[in-house]
Amino acid sequence: MSHASEHSAPAILNEVKATSLPRAKMVDNDRDFAWITDKICGIVEGKTPSWWWWCFAVACFMACFTVAGITYVVATGVGVWGHRSPVNWSWPIVNFVFWIGIGHAGTLISAILCLLRQKWRTSINRAAEAMTIFAVVCAGIFPVFHVGRVWYAWFLFPIPNYNNIWPQFRSPLEWDVFAVSTYGTVSVLFWYVGLLPDLATLRDRFALAGRETRAKIYGFFALGWRSSARAWSNYEMAYLILAGIATPLVLSVHTIVSFDFAVSLIPGWHTTIFPPYFVAGAIFSGFGMVLTLMLPLRAIYKLEDLITQYHIDCMCKITLATGTMVGYAYAMEFFIAWYSGNPYEGFTFINRAFGPYAWAYWIMISCNVITPQFFWFKAVRNNTTFVWVLSLFVNLGMWFERFVIICTSLTRDFLPSSWGYLSPTVIDIFTFFGTFGVFSVLFLLFIRFLPLMAMAEIKGVTPQADAFNGHKNPHA
Amino acid sequence: MAEHPYGLIARFNTPGDLYHAAEKVRDAGYKNWDCLTPMPIHGLDTAMGVKRSIVPRFSLTGGITGFCTGMSMIWWMNAYDYKIIVGGKPLFSPLFAFPVSYELTILFTAFATIGGMFFLNGLTQLYHPVLKYDKIHRATDDSFFIVIETSDPRFNADNTRALLAEAGGLEIAELEA
Repeated sequence: MSHASEHSAPAILNEVKATSLPRAKMVDNDRDFAWITDKICGIVEGKTPSWWWWCFAVACFMACFTVAGITYVVATGVGVWGHRSPVNWSWPIVNFVFWIGIGHAGTLISAILCLLRQKWRTSINRAAEAMTIFAVVCAGIFPVFHVGRVWYAWFLFPIPNYNNIWPQFRSPLEWDVFAVSTYGTVSVLFWYVGLLPDLATLRDRFALAGRETRAKIYGFFALGWRSSARAWSNYEMAYLILAGIATPLVLSVHTIVSFDFAVSLIPGWHTTIFPPYFVAGAIFSGFGMVLTLMLPLRAIYKLEDLITQYHIDCMCKITLATGTMVGYAYAMEFFIAWYSGNPYEGFTFINRAFGPYAWAYWIMISCNVITPQFFWFKAVRNNTTFVWVLSLFVNLGMWFERFVIICTSLTRDFLPSSWGYLSPTVIDIFTFFGTFGVFSVLFLLFIRFLPLMAMAEIKGVTPQADAFNGHKNPHA
Repeated sequence: MAEHPYGLIARFNTPGDLYHAAEKVRDAGYKNWDCLTPMPIHGLDTAMGVKRSIVPRFSLTGGITGFCTGMSMIWWMNAYDYKIIVGGKPLFSPLFAFPVSYELTILFTAFATIGGMFFLNGLTQLYHPVLKYDKIHRATDDSFFIVIETSDPRFNADNTRALLAEAGGLEIAELEA
């Protein structure tokens, strides 16, 4: 049979070959290993640029707003914030969900894209993971002080309090404590493991340049890493496992954050769509922030060969995909509110779009649903300034999403007699504004003292790192 | 020449050269030797005859410990040591205990994985003879090395040097212990 079909096949078939599309280059201009090392280490080794000092000063000044705001709240009481019945969550929880969502893109880039073998992650994962950690720091400030008497915040941890009472594990708020603290810890560990080989590079370079103190400090944190292939074998396995566990972690963290809402009975919150919708929103906002941070860095440090147009395209496309998922979730929420026949649910959504917070709702829709649609166009993705401006709108829109979810549902729930309206106070606004300063201070320190990109990983995705020169391993 | 050298080191320019040299060293029957590469080289494990890493065993142990810790902690705290009745809900159920146990599974797995990797790699290492080699900075930059230790039963100063030279090793040098 097979012989017959072979003979009867038209001769042209022998000449037809499957197309092979050229693989996107991860590093432009065929840069070699030494160039990559020099470029990235040069940022840390060089003199502190004056723009850095200016940005650092401004960031410190902004961070003072958070410090001052929190000091005032602790000294006076949470009444100085605008939150009062019926909106007891108000600004701090909006800000908490906003910041924790920002962090998710970092873990997505470092973990999920690692499992999916997306090589373009290598030049942005380090900075994105740093962003995750700093965003979790900013996020953590809010729930800790939102408990009111912050000196009792340790009641959240499984430590017996004065009366030997343990935390109550039936509450999603308690789940959240574990989710967020695990997320923070695992993000730091993952980041540090990734940094290890690059810290060794810096140690060796500082030692060579005769800068002993620096060599000692980086050497201390490099733990004696010496690039041994036997060590790489364990290292790569550990990195893969960390990526494997960080993936369900990042999905679970925002799922559990959404449980804070979805497990309650409040109309507009009590929906099963919340976990996937929150996760998509978190990744959307995180990529917005990655673009906001990486595009200026790329321009300042002339990193165009490492963060190529291909990288920007990929990030824009993920923003487009997740933004569209978020848009779908908004539409589906509306549809289900009507389809469920629940009058409270129906009212909540009409109230969201046309009630007293309609202005916030339409800001949210324009920023989150319309903005990403620009990324369909190559001309837009090629225009880095425009991409950067759009990324700011993504950040803005995602803050408003959390504001809309919290405020519209809480201000008008079941009983009109208990309806209200939330207006933030100046303390609320300043405390939130200041967290951008806290974030910037940490991020500026990171770009000054640590390698901005994972050098070892970038080298690993260049064509010259392939021992078989693009051919298949004959012994595999 | 040092009295008790640690071993011989040879440099290679490309991952391809290193790969083929590693195969030769493996086939010559050496056991106590290593490659130094600035980045992991795909397939080098096979060329060196290194077995699959056992880090996953640490991870699995950590994960199981984490999950059991979560479940038993919540049962002990909420259903045994200090019972609190909330909303008529059961004192313990694996369902409400799941999210926290899940997070602890991940947390313990992460610590076990990293701890296991550090343990297997002998980190933190304060001193290693290789780090004293004057060109070692290139092993974290752009060059590739093979180190064969004198402790290897097959080590012989002349033959080993000849093997490295034949495999294409450049700048073959002796490492001080």
